[in-house]
Amino acid sequence: MANKVIYAVYEDPEQLKDGARKLVSSGVKVKDVYSPFPVHGLDPIIGIKRTRLGIAAFMYGIGGTSLAVLGITYFMIWDWPMNIGGKPSQALYKNIPAFIPVIFEFTVLCAAHGMAITYMIRNKTLPGMPARNPDPRTTDDKFIIEVRTADNHGHSAETITSLLRTTPVFEINERQY
Amino acid sequence: MNFTLSNRARSITLGTMILGALATVAGVMGDHSDHHQHSWASLLVNGFFFFGISLGALFFFALQNATETAWTVLLKRVYEGIYSYLPIGAVVIVVIMAAGSLHMHHLYHWMDHTLYHEYMVGEGHEAEYVDEAVQGAVANPNYDALIANKKAYLNQPFFWLRTLLYLGVFIGFARWFRKQSLQMDTETGESLVKRVLLNYRRSALFLVFFAVFSSTLAWDWIMSIDTHWFSTLFGWYTFAGMWVSAMITAVILVLYLKRKGYLPQVNNSHIQDMGKWVFAVSFLWSYLYFSQFMLIWYSNIPEEITYFQQRINEHPVLLWSVFFINFAVPMVLLMSRDAKRNPRFLIGVGTVIFIGHWLDVNMMVMPGSVGHDFHGIGLLEIGMFLMFLGLFLYTVLNALTKAPLTVVNHPYLEESVHHQI
Repeated sequence: MANKVIYAVYEDPEQLKDGARKLVSSGVKVKDVYSPFPVHGLDPIIGIKRTRLGIAAFMYGIGGTSLAVLGITYFMIWDWPMNIGGKPSQALYKNIPAFIPVIFEFTVLCAAHGMAITYMIRNKTLPGMPARNPDPRTTDDKFIIEVRTADNHGHSAETITSLLRTTPVFEINERQY
Repeated sequence: MNFTLSNRARSITLGTMILGALATVAGVMGDHSDHHQHSWASLLVNGFFFFGISLGALFFFALQNATETAWTVLLKRVYEGIYSYLPIGAVVIVVIMAAGSLHMHHLYHWMDHTLYHEYMVGEGHEAEYVDEAVQGAVANPNYDALIANKKAYLNQPFFWLRTLLYLGVFIGFARWFRKQSLQMDTETGESLVKRVLLNYRRSALFLVFFAVFSSTLAWDWIMSIDTHWFSTLFGWYTFAGMWVSAMITAVILVLYLKRKGYLPQVNNSHIQDMGKWVFAVSFLWSYLYFSQFMLIWYSNIPEEITYFQQRINEHPVLLWSVFFINFAVPMVLLMSRDAKRNPRFLIGVGTVIFIGHWLDVNMMVMPGSVGHDFHGIGLLEIGMFLMFLGLFLYTVLNALTKAPLTVVNHPYLEESVHHQI
């Protein structure tokens, strides 16, 4: 039997959450959900692990801070000592208030760009990458649950479909792959 | 469900108040500064700090109405409880200002009327102060050109007009919001929606007043202590301190109530978001504090740098620990999600930052008003703090018993109950 992928289309995020809950409680593994906007409270239902993007952002931030401190020490203290506001102290710890804005900005720059690029690579949505959503309507007003029979050996495509029919589903599409 | 003040809570808050009062009496007796200046300054520190907390809560409450935020609807009554202290705080402020006007203390140097006149006729108490060199006039040694230039703003009638206007507007809005909130519990349907919209408009109006008054009240009550010095950022910096203290008070209060079995619908997401507010406003405070410091440090001009020079030379530990506690502690300890979801941890860190902001108010008031008689935090400071803390907590907890702890009919209540992040 060929593997099938089932797309259950919903019109409302709350109905989609109910549908997902029903599937999961019957032991069906949900592959993914496509939605036009983030649906709050969906992740724990379909068993998506918490994102580690925050940790990555923190690392990028720390990296930015270190680079900025290193750079500014070289530029402003070591290579070309600067007279800061009439205070020719030429020591990092004495001039640090003047450098804080630059360090702060560079930290934010690295954290924000690092986070955005990581996010796009991880989701395979870098500019030019082919779109992976199965149905363009998920970028407009439809919400789709994707279930694969390959992930669910205990259930046939028919039982999954009939289970979905008991939820307020808008339409169900099946595809071979 | 109504909150009932347990006997234990009552005796702890009242006990703190009495203990604080005893320490304050001992501290005042040991205060040998001129005109008991130190005691008055300490009264101003604590009077203003706790007034600021209730004002911060009123601001946040209005902000939630004006932005139509749903998740805080469950917590509305807690903020109402905190701002119920506003009238008591206002009385303390008025007492301090009145004592200043009556020359019972000299916290506000500019209240001395002799500073404003270039010449004087006669000597001592008989002297008459004049602005022009009339017959028999001599130069007035007290004349202070810098302060005299500020006379259009810093004069007693205008100062009192402003002070009473701030307090009147704040208390007026606070009472009105509270009345409306209780009214909403009895209504449903069309009339409830109308009332919510009315609250939305009035909250926006309040925020307009608050935007101006929060800055000017900081100039009037705190910045004018160092009369020669000024900083345009001062108002925002003071306001950020008030706001973060209010957010800490609110989260600790909610955690206390939850632990006692109240507010069962408040979930981890609410607690985390309240923790986020503490974290975010701590950063706002740090940003403003540092901006003020850096510009003054960088330009290094005498009339500005004296403010920090005095504080850094005389109280280096206190000054730097204020910045460290209020910036580094929340940044490092409240950054992770788990920290903001752990009640004990949140209470612990919150308490530390709370004390940090109290120390910050000490640093604003003490060096300029008491100067060399201020030797760091002593019996007087701690006593006065405990006295006000007891009074504040007792007032707030007592106000919480007056109405159901969660609103009943608010249109956003359902959304707030299901808050999930």
